Amino acid sequence: MQRLDAGLRHRVRFLLNGRAVEGDAEPRMLASDFLRQVLGATGTHVGCEHGVCGACTIRIDGKAQRTCLTFAVQLDDCRLETIEGLTDDKGDLNDLQTAFRRLHALQCGFCTPGILMSLDQLLEEEPEADEVRIRDVLSGHICRCTGYQGMVDATLEVMAARRNAAGGEE
Amino acid sequence: MKPAAFDYVRPDSVDEALEVLAASGDEARVLAGGQSLTAMLNMRLANPSVLIDIARIQDLKNISLVDGMIEVGAAVTQAALLAWPDLVKHQPLLAQILPNVGHYQTRQRGTVCGSLAHAEPSAELPLALATLQGEVVVQGKRGRRVLSAADFQTGMMTTDVAADEMITACRFPVADAQSRSLFHEVSQRHGDFALVALAAVSTAQGVRLGVGGVAEIPRIVDLPLLQGEAVEATLNDLAWELDGVDDPHASARYRRELVRRIGKKIINEVSHATS
Ligand code: FES
Ligand code: FES
Repeated sequence: MQRLDAGLRHRVRFLLNGRAVEGDAEPRMLASDFLRQVLGATGTHVGCEHGVCGACTIRIDGKAQRTCLTFAVQLDDCRLETIEGLTDDKGDLNDLQTAFRRLHALQCGFCTPGILMSLDQLLEEEPEADEVRIRDVLSGHICRCTGYQGMVDATLEVMAARRNAAGGEE
Repeated sequence: MKPAAFDYVRPDSVDEALEVLAASGDEARVLAGGQSLTAMLNMRLANPSVLIDIARIQDLKNISLVDGMIEVGAAVTQAALLAWPDLVKHQPLLAQILPNVGHYQTRQRGTVCGSLAHAEPSAELPLALATLQGEVVVQGKRGRRVLSAADFQTGMMTTDVAADEMITACRFPVADAQSRSLFHEVSQRHGDFALVALAAVSTAQGVRLGVGGVAEIPRIVDLPLLQGEAVEATLNDLAWELDGVDDPHASARYRRELVRRIGKKIINEVSHATS
């Protein structure tokens, strides 16, 4: 059994976008703050800090989740994917990010990293998802700028393109 | 919006968790998915000095069939139950309700038992437990108790679980193959708190109706098979009896109207499917 004292900082270790990382956190430190303030991974945004807006969403062990409702100490030995992991080594945007840009699925971009991480899971697990399902996933996010239509269009377009690419390779 | 300081304990077994609970008195809270509790901590609506994280306890991660009940361990997420291959066959009402619990993102961490423990008046899972007449298994160092849904939730955000006890599982009866069930809720945005949520299950005598979101706890009524105006009259009485109040999201009058209209729709559909 592990017992971490309230007033002390404790070593936390996990995989971030395929790389082993570690840092120290008090038990009360939110995962979102740990990513941003301890690891300097500021691509994950923080909006409401009580689980409503979805800005802080990342993938933990593959599943899109809110980091403001998770403590850093709960991340021990987990596998995390954040927006920083979507681009390739050269920093080029992936297909979904490119489609977002072209189809105006973002304006200010504050909500975007969280939304991309939710859709990243959806694209991987449900490549045949329809518009209703995409909107269901998007309902866990708040975007103050766009009205969501561009995000739906971008997701559908990427799904079709990935299917074509997969079909073409056979 | 940062929580106050707390000791964080990660026990490896239920027994260890119960030891810590017994030693901490009412200073401790059990943390599973944290999709309600962590928000409460962030807003400082809860200030425990010890958090006991049970999310990694293997024994609490099972979904199994026990004596005609679907038993769901306290660390089973809402998404895991929704993905359970036998869910539609064994309990179609739960399969209808779960996609309305929170959002895609919160269901992947939030647990079924955690939502019951939170006992929010408009939450769907307490409504499901009450309508289906399920049970909650609680354990403490003093022993184990099995609570009926009616005994479990005692009021708005309060349950019968004592400070030195924790929920280890909840149980939903396997649906009778003949029985039909329906769920319908109205919220401002899909995934938001329900303004009104209704569930109906056909029974041997008629229909059992559950209403969430209006009174402090889910309200369950067993109705005989009713036709036409009798349905409307019964629902009108029920809508007034629930004694809903005006809040920033909806007026009491609007909620009464939702109970009357949606109630009628689902009662009719469930009873027609049976006859
Ligand atoms: S910052 Fe986490 S949901 Fe808003
Ligand atoms: S692009 Fe501005 S909030 Fe979504």
